[in-house]
Amino acid sequence: MSHEHGADMACIDLVELVTDYLEDALGPEQRELFEAHMSTCDGCRVYVEQIRETRDRLGRVPPDRAGGLPPVARQELLDAFRAENPH
Amino acid sequence: MSGLADDPVRAPESYTEDDLLRRLRSGDEQAFDRVVRTWSPSMRRMARGFVSTDASAQECVQDAWLGVIKGLASFEGRSTLRTWAFRILVNIAKTRAVREHRTTPLSSLAAEDETGPTVDPSRFRPRDDPERPGTWTSAGEPRPWETDPETGALSGELRDVVSAAVEALPARQREVVVLRDIQGFGSEEVCEILGLTAQNQRVLLHRGRARVRAALEAYYAGEST
Repeated sequence: MSHEHGADMACIDLVELVTDYLEDALGPEQRELFEAHMSTCDGCRVYVEQIRETRDRLGRVPPDRAGGLPPVARQELLDAFRAENPH
Repeated sequence: MSGLADDPVRAPESYTEDDLLRRLRSGDEQAFDRVVRTWSPSMRRMARGFVSTDASAQECVQDAWLGVIKGLASFEGRSTLRTWAFRILVNIAKTRAVREHRTTPLSSLAAEDETGPTVDPSRFRPRDDPERPGTWTSAGEPRPWETDPETGALSGELRDVVSAAVEALPARQREVVVLRDIQGFGSEEVCEILGLTAQNQRVLLHRGRARVRAALEAYYAGEST
């Protein structure tokens, strides 16, 4: 449970700073407040973990679902490349 | 498939940047075909976020490569080749999207959701709560995601949930999430390709991730199938 909130960051504000935290874009003071809050708040710890997991799951979506270019199109590009670089 | 590499995005980086540029400028067709094969799937996905059909997206990719071919001689190397190629693509796709007057549901969401809270405020106590202002309520507190070993979330199912959530993102968030988290581009590269400030990029990334997280949360809570 979330107890012991002193002069710290509120959960409602912390959730907006998670990506800044993960990207190391927080100033030193905010970072300290962020980490101090997480150490006493289960809800926020879970939330940050889930944003991390979301990022990692996104990283496992195959980027090439749509596929690349068909061979015909690639051949056309090769021809254009050759035409630009006559040897 | 070519069988050239396992990682479709990063493969040409086994050439150094200088080496790749030198090869392309000297007319090395193998090197050219290799970057076309490697980057085109990502480019096509990227273009698809702007234009209304897959065929149109494919044409954007072809046009972008023609732009690369024409521009190679004058390319100044201020960014990487990949950043430059994707920037050409984005410009072509945007121009084409305007021409197509694209007003599909996907892009009509684009202007929305760039301010305001990313988590439903009703999940927190009010800011003037006398005891614990702005903290999670017991009902609002996020629950750890646990997979029931019986009915268990299949990784394929989760991938579909994530993919669908990405497709449903407002366009600007989707562009950033696709480049950063799906394709693994660095933040500076994404800022350059999309013409964003570092801060703006982080805001869009965060809003996008928060929405995808919410979709996963709903899935784990059994609200979607």
